[in-house]
Amino acid sequence: MSYKVLIADDEPNIVISLEFLMKREGHEVSIARDGQQALEAIRTERPHLVLLDVMMPFKTGFEVLQALRADEALAGTKVLMLTAKGRETDTAKGLALGADAYMTKPFSTKELAERVRQLLAGQP
Amino acid sequence: MKIDKLEVAAALAPALVLGALGLALGGIFWGTLEGPEREALAAMLAPRAALVFLAWMVAAIAGGVVAQRLYAAHVAAPKRLAEAAQALAASRTTSPAAREHGADDPQGEGRALAGAGSAGTRALAAVLGELVRQRDAYRDDIDGQVREAARGIDQERSRLAALMSELTQSVVVCNLDGRILLYNNRARVQFRALSNAPALSDGAELIGLGRSVYTVFDRKLVAHALESIQQRLLRGAAQPSAQFVTASRAGQLLRVQMAPVRDPSADEGDVARLSGFVLMLENITRDFEADSEQDRLLHGLIEGSRSSLGNLQAAVDMLELDDLDPAMHERFLGVIRDEVRSMSGRIQALTTNASQGLKTRWPLEEMLGADLVQAAQRRIEAQLGVRTAASEVDQGLWLKVDSFALLQALGSLSSRLVDEFEIKLVQLRLRRDGGGASVPGDTPAAEGGAGAAAPAEAGTERATLDLIWSGHNMSTETVMSWESSPMTIGTETSPLSVRDVVERHGGEFWFQRERTRHEAFFRFLLPLAQPQEALDAALVLKSDSRPEYYDFDLFRASEQARELDDRRLVELAYTVFDTETTGLDPSAGDEILQIGAARIVNTKLRRQESFEQLVDPGRDIPPAGIPIHGITPEMVAGKPRIGQVLPAFHAFASDTVLVAHNAAFDMRFLQLKEEATGVRFDQPLLDTLLLSAVVHPNQESHQLEVIAERFGITVVGRHTALGDAMVTAEVFLKLLPLLADKGIHTLGQAREAAQKTYYARLKY
Repeated sequence: MSYKVLIADDEPNIVISLEFLMKREGHEVSIARDGQQALEAIRTERPHLVLLDVMMPFKTGFEVLQALRADEALAGTKVLMLTAKGRETDTAKGLALGADAYMTKPFSTKELAERVRQLLAGQP
Repeated sequence: MKIDKLEVAAALAPALVLGALGLALGGIFWGTLEGPEREALAAMLAPRAALVFLAWMVAAIAGGVVAQRLYAAHVAAPKRLAEAAQALAASRTTSPAAREHGADDPQGEGRALAGAGSAGTRALAAVLGELVRQRDAYRDDIDGQVREAARGIDQERSRLAALMSELTQSVVVCNLDGRILLYNNRARVQFRALSNAPALSDGAELIGLGRSVYTVFDRKLVAHALESIQQRLLRGAAQPSAQFVTASRAGQLLRVQMAPVRDPSADEGDVARLSGFVLMLENITRDFEADSEQDRLLHGLIEGSRSSLGNLQAAVDMLELDDLDPAMHERFLGVIRDEVRSMSGRIQALTTNASQGLKTRWPLEEMLGADLVQAAQRRIEAQLGVRTAASEVDQGLWLKVDSFALLQALGSLSSRLVDEFEIKLVQLRLRRDGGGASVPGDTPAAEGGAGAAAPAEAGTERATLDLIWSGHNMSTETVMSWESSPMTIGTETSPLSVRDVVERHGGEFWFQRERTRHEAFFRFLLPLAQPQEALDAALVLKSDSRPEYYDFDLFRASEQARELDDRRLVELAYTVFDTETTGLDPSAGDEILQIGAARIVNTKLRRQESFEQLVDPGRDIPPAGIPIHGITPEMVAGKPRIGQVLPAFHAFASDTVLVAHNAAFDMRFLQLKEEATGVRFDQPLLDTLLLSAVVHPNQESHQLEVIAERFGITVVGRHTALGDAMVTAEVFLKLLPLLADKGIHTLGQAREAAQKTYYARLKY
């Protein structure tokens, strides 16, 4: 089954790989280069899942996440946070603010693909 | 000899009484007689008038003598006795010679009391004499004991002083007003590093007996530390001490350990009553900078590399796929080349450039979480007048915090809630994080499993501290903007933001809602510390006696909220100063060449706490003056200008009364520089020239040398600024008792008296 996936990251070098990976999984992919774009894209395109980077210009991933979770209409959107910040406190914050999963860079693309599949299938 | 008018009156009274009586009786008798009888009586009396007068005279003299005796015995003698007794009662000491004389004579001082008088009066005099002798004996006894005790205290003090000077740690002892009572050499060296102008005043403007430590430390920070010590004392901790880290104005970082000095006069139960505190200081600037730098490098490497590694790994993963077309293959190879290049560049930049934005590790103190919550409640209630509650506090949690900054953060957030949303009640909640007690929120938090997302790993334990309020739907943006703006509570502002405080703790901070409960909260993630003081309770049980402290009477010298003018001269601190100048007229371009100053605290000249500085006058030095002050152009070349020296001297003289000889002259030079340097010398001012004129109004000269000679002060180093300042200080100290003899005890009285002298009228 095909889902809409939004990749929100300001680093083109990871976007290339993520885009390729998601398309290969058979999803419809759109891309946002900063936090503001990401939020707009979420509102207009209603993706099923967002791969959300924490460190982005204009709005951080945390801010996008908070805005997203504050909007009842977007309640079903799954969020997988990706970050280069490895501290546990960041992880705790992301999960507390409503991320469905949290992965720290570097990560294995196999695991990522597996997490995405789980999330989209409605599993925790 | 003085004539007692009453005694004369008493002696004359019988004559008058007899005369009046004779005339009255004669008059009445005359009135009863008929005309012829009167004639007969007149004829009988007329030739004997002299006899009648003589009889009256004799009776009057006899009566007068008796009356005078009676007066002497019953009126004059008791009166004299009373006067003599009063004099004895008022006398503070009786001379040993008088007492030796008293030993030969059983009457002793009583003899001065005895003399004439009735038997009763003489007995009374004897009893009084006996009492005086007993009093003197007691007094001698007490004096002896006091001398003995003083000797003991002196010994203890010199032992303590010796101990302190040997210590390699710097120690400062203060009373509750923050006045320094004791410090060691090490502390002095340390304070020198804190001085804004170490080369000019050698830190002497910061440390000195009687100076306030609050010029170095934030008063509120010290108060906060004292408060947490008192809390621990009340809880029964045996060795309560507090630690804080503060940055000085000169940018130095100090770790301060504070130990309480309990009030020895406090009741046994009143354990938290303090009379002062001991500060042990450690300058950790260098350690901290080194640590921070290391931290920064490490941090930059980790955070920066993670992202690149992530990109690399993803690209490599993609390259391994077999269904890759050549164009994509080339793109992924491009990513790898690009990331390798950027990682090499990053490492290069890190090692060469070491001064970019860094995350610092602020030294934290360990504190019982419940104490922090309690302190926050008190603070919020006192400052904002809102109700607070501790909804859930884990009593066993020890935190690693900068409690002062954290309380500011809690206070400023509450203050915003009150000001902008009229919140009436805030609650505090403190829990161990991730210990199964998940937050009952409407934000579904997925359980771990994703990468490193397990919340509470071993060794990374945290606590969550929540500031909770209910009602009012507010936008996340509004509330989160508070995170990065400077903290303010009323008029109290901090340069830090909540974010800065959170970063000091290596923690996190966010805003979260609990829709089901109509509540919202700010959450702080804070590091945990190992529980401590478990042993303390046992120690308390063993040591039922209170620890002993040195009995410094300075501890009792508490500052009283009196106007400076009402303060006694002997209890004030003075800066005695002198200047050497290029000439006599500042308005015609004469400049200061040298400033010297000495400190007087507790009526003692503190020679080691002096100030001496040559000043580059920025002009030539007239050769005529050089033999007098001995300052040549070579000596002032390269010295600081007055614009640098005056602020340092002003800091040195802060909180003291200025004293100078012929002060008007020196003050003119200082005042002319007020505008240029921005420092105003508005301290009270005393002039030894005028004070000398007050105590010796009949002396012709009040020049410094002449007064010094009059007082027998040896003059060394005259005509250097510091030498003259020292002489002036000694003269001032000699003047103090003489002023007291004239009834001049307070600063206000001294200033008033000085203004009234002839010299003052001449000058001002």
